[in-house]
Amino acid sequence: MDAALTSGQARTVLDENDIARAITRIAHEIVERNKGISGLVLLGIPSRGLPLAARISAQLERIDGGAVPLGSLDITMYRDDLRLRPARALEPTDIPARGVEGATVVLVDDVLYSGRTIRAALDAVSDFGRPRAIQLAVLVDRGHRELPIRPDFVGKNLPTSTDEKVAVRLREVDGFDGVTIMGGVA
Amino acid sequence: MRHLLSATDLDAKEAMLVLDTAAELATLTDRSVKKLPTLRGRTVVNLFFEDSTRTRISFEIAAKRLSADVINFAAKGSSVSKGESLKDTALTLEAMGADAVVIRHPASGAPHRLANAGWIHGSVINAGDGTHEHPTQALLDAYTLRERLRQGSGDLDGLRVTIVGDVLHSRVARSNVLLLSTLGADVTLVAPPTLLPKGVETWPCAFTYDIDSVLPTTDAVMMLRVQGERMQAAYFPSAREYSRRYGLDRERMGRLPQHAIVMHPGPMNRGMEISADVADDDRSVMVDQVTNGVSVRMAVLYLMLGGSAESSA
Amino acid sequence: MSGLIVTGVRPLGGDPVDIVMEGDLIVDIVGPGQGAAHVAGSQVLDGTGLIALPGLVDLHTHLREPGREDAETVATGARAAALGGYTAVFAMANTDPVADTAGVVEQVWRLGRESGLVDVHPVGAVTVGLMGTHLAELGAMATSAAQVRVFSDDGKCVWDAALMRRALEYVKAFDGVIAQHAQEPRLTEGAQMNEGALSGVLGLIGWPAVAEESIIARDVLLAHHVGSRLHVCHVSTAGSVDIIRWAKARGINVTAEVTPHHLLLTEELVRSYDPVFKVNPPLRRAEDVEALREGLADGTIDIVATDHAPHAHEDKDCEWGAASFGMLGLQTALSVVIDTMVNSGRMDWAGVADRMSVAPARIGRATRHGGSLQIGSIAHVTLVDPTQMWTVQPTELASKSRNTPYAGMQLPGRVVHVVKDGRPTVRDGALVLDSAVAGSRS
Repeated sequence: MDAALTSGQARTVLDENDIARAITRIAHEIVERNKGISGLVLLGIPSRGLPLAARISAQLERIDGGAVPLGSLDITMYRDDLRLRPARALEPTDIPARGVEGATVVLVDDVLYSGRTIRAALDAVSDFGRPRAIQLAVLVDRGHRELPIRPDFVGKNLPTSTDEKVAVRLREVDGFDGVTIMGGVA
Repeated sequence: MRHLLSATDLDAKEAMLVLDTAAELATLTDRSVKKLPTLRGRTVVNLFFEDSTRTRISFEIAAKRLSADVINFAAKGSSVSKGESLKDTALTLEAMGADAVVIRHPASGAPHRLANAGWIHGSVINAGDGTHEHPTQALLDAYTLRERLRQGSGDLDGLRVTIVGDVLHSRVARSNVLLLSTLGADVTLVAPPTLLPKGVETWPCAFTYDIDSVLPTTDAVMMLRVQGERMQAAYFPSAREYSRRYGLDRERMGRLPQHAIVMHPGPMNRGMEISADVADDDRSVMVDQVTNGVSVRMAVLYLMLGGSAESSA
Repeated sequence: MSGLIVTGVRPLGGDPVDIVMEGDLIVDIVGPGQGAAHVAGSQVLDGTGLIALPGLVDLHTHLREPGREDAETVATGARAAALGGYTAVFAMANTDPVADTAGVVEQVWRLGRESGLVDVHPVGAVTVGLMGTHLAELGAMATSAAQVRVFSDDGKCVWDAALMRRALEYVKAFDGVIAQHAQEPRLTEGAQMNEGALSGVLGLIGWPAVAEESIIARDVLLAHHVGSRLHVCHVSTAGSVDIIRWAKARGINVTAEVTPHHLLLTEELVRSYDPVFKVNPPLRRAEDVEALREGLADGTIDIVATDHAPHAHEDKDCEWGAASFGMLGLQTALSVVIDTMVNSGRMDWAGVADRMSVAPARIGRATRHGGSLQIGSIAHVTLVDPTQMWTVQPTELASKSRNTPYAGMQLPGRVVHVVKDGRPTVRDGALVLDSAVAGSRS
């Protein structure tokens, strides 16, 4: 059982069904906003952005009938906080064969917080080519942006304080689905 | 890791981190922008006291692909007065603010002095010191073995590797024996008795004087360069006898298992330790080794310089 | 001439006495406290708690002058020697120019007299220029003012068997002795450290034990054949000890020395690639250290000789392969012997006196040294506090050079006072440099 759920004051803010509904809604919004799925490329940011992107891709296929190219984009080498910790192990980067040139890239991540991860992702994508547009889909937006970054598609807005921890758990990685908030001033 | 002086500086977990990181960075060659911003603002110095275009360029490309600034310092150790060359050069590099020094030197232990004498504060990477070690060569060899024979992941558990040649004078052999055994491979050395070091029976590998006895049961053969000059010091009587007893020719290739690969750290003495047609065979992976060298060196530079400075062990 | 009284000392660890000296002789030895009654106006050195030894004699030192005064001079080497408890040193011949003529040995001898702190006995080269091909004028050196009795090509080996035979024979005429640096050159070309499993791992060319042992074996047989005495410098291997023991058992007139560093340090230190541990012969294995200690204890090895080898900073502050061979030794020798031999119970103070004073004086024919602490003996006395620990700081040593392998180590035994020819050269651990004693050279 996940320690974050058993210790402290972890409270569940999204359960399995909430997450499923959020993904369905995000998929619909993507189709609506882009008037279909043509030209779309989904890139999940490891580690939990990957399974989210895969689920969204599956939903898009259910809605529209066609397959959307799906890949992963590791942003470790582009982070602005590298020097603060020992060098981190790299996650996989796998850009679909069609590339990003002229595509509408939808970045997918689990939590949007300071915005620095997405800033790094924008730099990373640019080194692969020049997309027509880049959009951002996140499961949870917990506020406290430190850079001018905003999401296009949000599963849930979660106002938090900075001393709280938001934990996203996904079946593909953690064995179950759930989003919890832990800690904060009692 | 603060310095990479010897293959023993890496345990199995650390070695595999290097290989896994290199695997990710290998995809860089397929991109249009073959650059990552990670080491922007860092200075890497190539301090080469021995001629080596291949290794130096490999490190240079690796550093530049990570956006580091590269300074190449080529010094002929023999023509500079004794002692002043290494220390004075090190003090100059320190004044230039080198974050990492990649050093190749004819004296065994020179990288250790550079790392421990208090002359510089940066990280030291051993690119080959005398007859002692060449850790990044061992890493790229392990990477090549893993890619070709282990589907590019995991360790080398149970892999049978045979290293043939002048082990006594080979830093490549020493680093490979150490790293390959750390990664779980079974290593066998093959050489005439005069070219095996005293105490080889204490090394983590087997050894034999008979190359033909091991070829049928080996997964990879690594041929070491053998210099003809060794004849003058009576290590073996003639080039002809050496290549006849220890050279890899077409006939010996035929005794290797189908899947086995042939490696060589380069440069090759075609006709001495390896015949020309074997060198150009499909199962010879020398070109891959060179390619992999860049990825592996990028991984080493990233892991050493890409994060915060760790306290040295 | 004033007198000197050392009070409350324990000669060779025995009961406390006062030693009374007048001129350059010991004139009386009385019970503790009774010495004051003796001579009014004498200098008094408080020896309470100190062990008294005859002035130490080093049969193997490199003073580097003439030629390498940047590393050491006779004057600075003499200071280091005095602080180490020595009253006499034998200065090896591998200077520049080589000490292969009466002229050079007399120059070194004169420099020693000027310093006044120790008696410097120059060693003469066996061959011209240490080249190993022609005998040097051994007779001329023997009859010179320097009165050379010890001849050595140390630094290099007299490898030619025929030439070694001739040298052994020739010096019989003036009671000389050949001190051999045993190192077969063809087996040690480019050698950097002991040959063994470690040298294979570190990638350094090895110096095999057999290169030392084969020369010693040859030379003891030669000495036996021509009826000469032979001295073997810096024995470093267990096998060498065995050969010397065998030779002595057969009555062969061979003597041998061991350095302090070979009694304490092993090749494991080379893993650091720090050239302060680079020395010739090299540091060996723990088994060799053990055999050397045993050999020194049972007398197979006759003496401790420092092979004090100062080197200028740039000759050691570099990569291993480019560094010079050699370690300092004069100021730390007695402490290392106390640590490895006395404190471990292998040797008593009488043994220390024998190995570090009596026997070296006898081998080198230094007739004024190596006497016993008795009435009528020449007054060379070394007083040491065996319990006091001190930390070796390279910058605090008197040598001009800094290449001590014991930097930062704590060693037992502090030399407190040294008396030479009845006058103190060291008092309370500090040199006594007055115009009557010391020279003006720095």
